[in-house]
Amino acid sequence: MKKKKGNKYNRWGWYFLIPFLLVYVVFQLIPLFNTIYNSFFERYRTGLTWVGPNFVGLDNYKELLSQGDLWVYLKNTMIMWVLGFVPQIAVSLLLGAWFSDNRLRLKGSRFFKTVIYLPNLIMASAFSMLFFTLFSDNGPMNSILMSLGIISEPYSFFSHVWSTRTLVAVMNFLMWFGNTTILLMAGMMSIDTSLYEAAEVDGATSTQRFFKITLPVLKPILIYVMITSLIGGLQMFDVPQILTNGTGEPMRSSMTLIMFLNKHLFSKNYGMGGALSVLLFIVTGILSIIVFKASGYSMDDE
Amino acid sequence: METKKGLNVKARRAIAYVVLIAITVLCLFWFYVLLINATRTNSQISGGFSPLPGTNMAKNWVNLSHGTLPIWRGLLNSLIIATASAFLTTYFSAMTAYAIHAYRFRGRKFISTFILMVMMIPTQVVALGFLELINNMGLDNSFIPLILPAAASPVTYFYMKQYMESSLPLSIIEAARIDGAGEFKIFNIVVMPIIKPAIAVQAIFAFVASWNNYFTPALVLHSDSKKTLPILIAQLRAADFLKFDMGQVYMMILFSILPVVVVYLLLSKQIVSGVAAGSVKG
Repeated sequence: MKKKKGNKYNRWGWYFLIPFLLVYVVFQLIPLFNTIYNSFFERYRTGLTWVGPNFVGLDNYKELLSQGDLWVYLKNTMIMWVLGFVPQIAVSLLLGAWFSDNRLRLKGSRFFKTVIYLPNLIMASAFSMLFFTLFSDNGPMNSILMSLGIISEPYSFFSHVWSTRTLVAVMNFLMWFGNTTILLMAGMMSIDTSLYEAAEVDGATSTQRFFKITLPVLKPILIYVMITSLIGGLQMFDVPQILTNGTGEPMRSSMTLIMFLNKHLFSKNYGMGGALSVLLFIVTGILSIIVFKASGYSMDDE
Repeated sequence: METKKGLNVKARRAIAYVVLIAITVLCLFWFYVLLINATRTNSQISGGFSPLPGTNMAKNWVNLSHGTLPIWRGLLNSLIIATASAFLTTYFSAMTAYAIHAYRFRGRKFISTFILMVMMIPTQVVALGFLELINNMGLDNSFIPLILPAAASPVTYFYMKQYMESSLPLSIIEAARIDGAGEFKIFNIVVMPIIKPAIAVQAIFAFVASWNNYFTPALVLHSDSKKTLPILIAQLRAADFLKFDMGQVYMMILFSILPVVVVYLLLSKQIVSGVAAGSVKG
């Protein structure tokens, strides 16, 4: 009797899934297959005329992988990601350890958390426009640095490769370290305090406690943070796009993979754009699988 | 290292405060300059930075709001898209999570695994097919392709499902059934109020994500009357802005970020704890 009653209601599970599945299939799955399909065709626009679609097999992939562009943009993307991620994880670990340390009893933790998370919610394009104006040749940063006597004449931040990349990295750092700190802190709070007490009895210093207890216990969260940040890094777009007005200047040294994709989408080069999308999809897919393995999600999660 | 006792607590606390204050300055400094420069005239700004505010704020504001950038239209467009997206994301993610949480049907495990697997697929990699699809549907230069897809948000679904697992006992649903309520009504009248805290947090995140989104709207929206604030910002960047009144440029940046900053300052406690709750179980 009970079983029968259960069956009667359970078909509602499917009814409730319909909106999500319908929207997902129409706006995500069909576009995904369409993107994959396009990647096997020569299809682009020159002026007002379309070339193709002509089936070319894997030619788009071959061209993409053999041209230097893809590798240059991949390198740019990775450099800017690493430059931002290394300080991000270091500062987040430090702040997380301090906030979760019962003996330090830091005051104002709510205030600090509010401040460090703030940049994450700021519109990335507006934040980039702000950085562009602040660091422009006659902008406030040059004026401040000059009045402090650090430089004698304005430094052109956006005409030098490494200052442009560093600014992108600084912005990514500012936007993401608060988020990472909060995630790591949640992990650190859940560590059994008796571990620390035992270590203290044995005379371990705070540095030793951090490296011998905190880090090993946090390993799954750290892997999660790193891979999701890498997936986010591969999608880097708004900041360098606005900062360099889409040019990736100087000399395409801050052009990212998604800026490259965006160019193909605007110029309607569907074949090459498709191949680039599929490559990014595959890389993201592999990284996602690593996240699942690392975060210990089991398929029979009941 | 073994013999050294390490720094005492007082010294470590002092270092921690110094670093925290330095980081606070690093986070807020840019916005301080933004606020200051939004109150100064173009010639004051180009004359060099001053740490004290000017008196030109109202003038900058009048110039910007009567200028060439359609900022009110942009604000309205951003509000419409972000509000509608936030509504669709929260309501249908809750509905999807409820389907998986409350019912035992064939294919349930497959669907829940599938949603988790696709959670990380970035929107950019399907953008090409997406643009072609909406062109074929005649939805180019329309808000619909920026709003409707929000109904399928795997990340929000995941958060809602975790929330339901911890605070929605199935016995409540049973009780409502005994009272004779229909399934759809139970979801709307009984379940939604219980998960209100999760809805509120996710509504804010969905709103902010849509408000800040630049990539897809820039590819979909073309006419001036449809553009959202991030597109106007990009337009400002692309213009020869050196000819521009810099007081207005700073005012425009302030205008674009202010709504989210105000909401954040009012609800920071809930938002920050929402971030922590959304983290993976270590």
